[in-house]
Amino acid sequence: MTGNHKTPQAPSLETVHMSKSFGSLRALDDVSLRVASGSFHALLGENGAGKSTLVKCIMGFYQADAGQVLLDGCEALVHSPRDAHALGIGMVYQHFTLVPCLTAAENLVISRADAPMVIDWKKERQQLEAFMDAMPFRVRLDAQVSELSAGEKQKLEILKLLYLDQRFLILDEPTSVLTPAEADEVLGLLGDMAHRGEVTVLMISHKFREVKTFCDSFTVLRRGRFAGSGSAQAVSVSDLSQMMIGDAGLRPPATRTQAPPKGPALHLDKLSASDAEGRRVVSDVTLTVNAGEIVGIAGVSGNGQSALIELLSGQRKIDAGQITINGEDFQPTRRNFDRFKVFGLPEEPLRNAVVPRMTVAENIAFRSFDKPPAANRLGLLSPARIRQRGADLIARFNVHTSSPDAPIETLSGGNVQRAVLARELSGEVEVLIVANPCFGLDFASVSDIRRQIMEARNRGAAVLLVSEDLDEIFELADRIAVMSEGRITYLAPAAETDAIEVGKHVAGQHG
Amino acid sequence: MSLSTSFPRSRFRPDARTAAIIESIVIPLGALIASALIFSLFLLVLGKDPIRFFGLVWTGGIGSAFSFQNTLQRAAPLILTGLAFAVPARIGMTLLGAEGALVLGGFSSAVIAIPMVLGGWPVWIGLPVMALAAMAVGGAWVGIAGWLRHYRGVNETISSLLLTYIAVAIMNFLVEGVFRDPGSTNKASTMPLGADWRVGDIPGTSVHWGLAAGLVLAVLLWVLMERTTFGFAARIAGGNLRAAQAQGLPVGKLAVASCVIAGACAGLAGFFEVAAVHGQANASLAAKYGFTGILVAFLARQNPMAVVPVAILFGALAASGGLVQRRMDMPDATMLVLQGIIFVTLLVSETLYGRLPFLQATQSGDRT
Repeated sequence: MTGNHKTPQAPSLETVHMSKSFGSLRALDDVSLRVASGSFHALLGENGAGKSTLVKCIMGFYQADAGQVLLDGCEALVHSPRDAHALGIGMVYQHFTLVPCLTAAENLVISRADAPMVIDWKKERQQLEAFMDAMPFRVRLDAQVSELSAGEKQKLEILKLLYLDQRFLILDEPTSVLTPAEADEVLGLLGDMAHRGEVTVLMISHKFREVKTFCDSFTVLRRGRFAGSGSAQAVSVSDLSQMMIGDAGLRPPATRTQAPPKGPALHLDKLSASDAEGRRVVSDVTLTVNAGEIVGIAGVSGNGQSALIELLSGQRKIDAGQITINGEDFQPTRRNFDRFKVFGLPEEPLRNAVVPRMTVAENIAFRSFDKPPAANRLGLLSPARIRQRGADLIARFNVHTSSPDAPIETLSGGNVQRAVLARELSGEVEVLIVANPCFGLDFASVSDIRRQIMEARNRGAAVLLVSEDLDEIFELADRIAVMSEGRITYLAPAAETDAIEVGKHVAGQHG
Repeated sequence: MSLSTSFPRSRFRPDARTAAIIESIVIPLGALIASALIFSLFLLVLGKDPIRFFGLVWTGGIGSAFSFQNTLQRAAPLILTGLAFAVPARIGMTLLGAEGALVLGGFSSAVIAIPMVLGGWPVWIGLPVMALAAMAVGGAWVGIAGWLRHYRGVNETISSLLLTYIAVAIMNFLVEGVFRDPGSTNKASTMPLGADWRVGDIPGTSVHWGLAAGLVLAVLLWVLMERTTFGFAARIAGGNLRAAQAQGLPVGKLAVASCVIAGACAGLAGFFEVAAVHGQANASLAAKYGFTGILVAFLARQNPMAVVPVAILFGALAASGGLVQRRMDMPDATMLVLQGIIFVTLLVSETLYGRLPFLQATQSGDRT
């Protein structure tokens, strides 16, 4: 298993005129991609451009309707991910696939196709140590995976592929779960390995900075078609974005209008809450969000921001303290959401905001299904009206879906979030609660969504924004707070602070 | 055939709604056919003739007016217990409490009848009171499981199953104790209801009114789940609890209400068992209708309307059991084997949703 790691061969890979349709939707249209041996290649494109479909065809999750995969110039028949692994093609997914309760060593050994019935741990340990010694980075073999940081887990995922002797690595947005420092380290090491000819890397990315810093070459897809390729070092960022977005261009970033109209203010008064084990996750949070203002809460995830959002949306019980809107007590019930016009864009919409199996139109109706015109006074629904309103909002908010009747789980991440926006921002909004609204989305969706949030503010909404993305906070917020270990540790007007100052407080108690 | 002519040189590509409907018919039907084939193998191993078996099921269950009425008679409680599983399933709860609600509901209606019979109450008041008592007790009993689940985090599947055992034990305890009719020497029972205190048959048939009640409830509950705000909210809560909470929906009340509705359906089945079949409450009430109802609801994909034909199918299997037993010299448990095979095949077929090759068109490719 671990014998040949000293003299690895990095393969080259090509897709030739690859096409794949799902019903009437042409997800891939005649796409040719060439990744040279030992290169670090970036695959760029907006959400829905076909990047995932392309790599899933390479990995054998999907069978392409037309076209071939060439590995080292020879046609490779990949009918299943198992075939891909046998050919030495491995993939690191956006989300971790390690078993959290096992150690790193156990995860590596059980990942083998030929793991023996009875494992000789002593022998395996020796082999693993030898394997680790040959690697440019290592992970503590005895550490339980649940104790590893996101960066270490990502490294272990990559090590797992190398351990399985997979030399063509496909990485699906590998840095979305990493801090910038971790991302730089992992990508740098991978780049070094590629340049030594040990691996070939194909990375799906949204981040131009990473592509420019670490990659050799790139391919851009747009709406399922090839839109350009070349040297990552030679290309300019503006050319790249031009290729990704096409001639339509980006909508300009939202402009902040001054002196917005007066409206109700959201006030949190000494809010506290605990998790299931009774640990304090939110402690004495006091914060006011005025009408026509965005207050951004920055912080490393896991410092109580999610819990704070859950308190406001009724997903978690308030232990102590009070929420008031314009001086009136606010309990997070449906009646109060309507009465105070409170809306929300929760993080991970598939987990918090939609029912994956219900249709797009039904999901868009979550706020309105129990009021006229969707329902009459007896509580009888009109499915036709729900569908009609869904179709209208799908068009207005530019949600890409094959039909209003498609289950929302079949949509891409950006389009799920647009459907949620359509639901929450189509009416009059006075209080808006937003959490990591652009996580994992391509930058056309990102600018679209940020613009909508800014417009809600300009119309006079009080907006509370929780985000792990400092750029997002600085783009949107009027005032910036930092949350650390359940408390607000810093609060300043955006105009009077900067990223370094905020970053210091974010990192302050975590250094 | 017609498909290939009306869609020349292109594959039949239904839209998402049509595809979902086709799926929900094709897959359970395919599972039924598959289980019939597997069961045929089982018969062949035993040296029995499968064709003769299914012929007898036809004769004994559907073939004649007599046998079909027998089938409908047996389908009536299955419709109600099938609904008792289907409604909470839409809100994501797997309740096994219908048997207990049926037993306690039937028992309560038999007991509440005693003072009314002795007091000389008119029957047209007495029977509705009995039915309401059965529904109230059944609803409250299963409602306990819903309450425990939402407010105490107790797994509703386990609590409702345990509640069923408790219900049967309570009924046995009381029937053999304080409510035992001194006349019931062979089998401890409550006081028998006179012929005038019985629910009669639907005119022109030998099927009791429980069938009509089941049909009406199936339609009403379909409307409730598909065409009312309550049903929509229940589907949100069943599909994603966190999303339902974030919408401020009263998830606890929805869960408990669904359980109460379920228990009331099963309790009503118990009422008809007492007032239309046995004329008294005794251990015969625990005839596993509550558990067969789970099977019915599964095959019906928790759709209240689909519960009706599926219940009739299972009624036919039950009705023909005696005939199969006599003519083919096979044990009573044969029908249970068939039911078991159907259940397992159904569970396996659940994995096929969204994967039928000829419906692949419904999968949007708009993923990244």
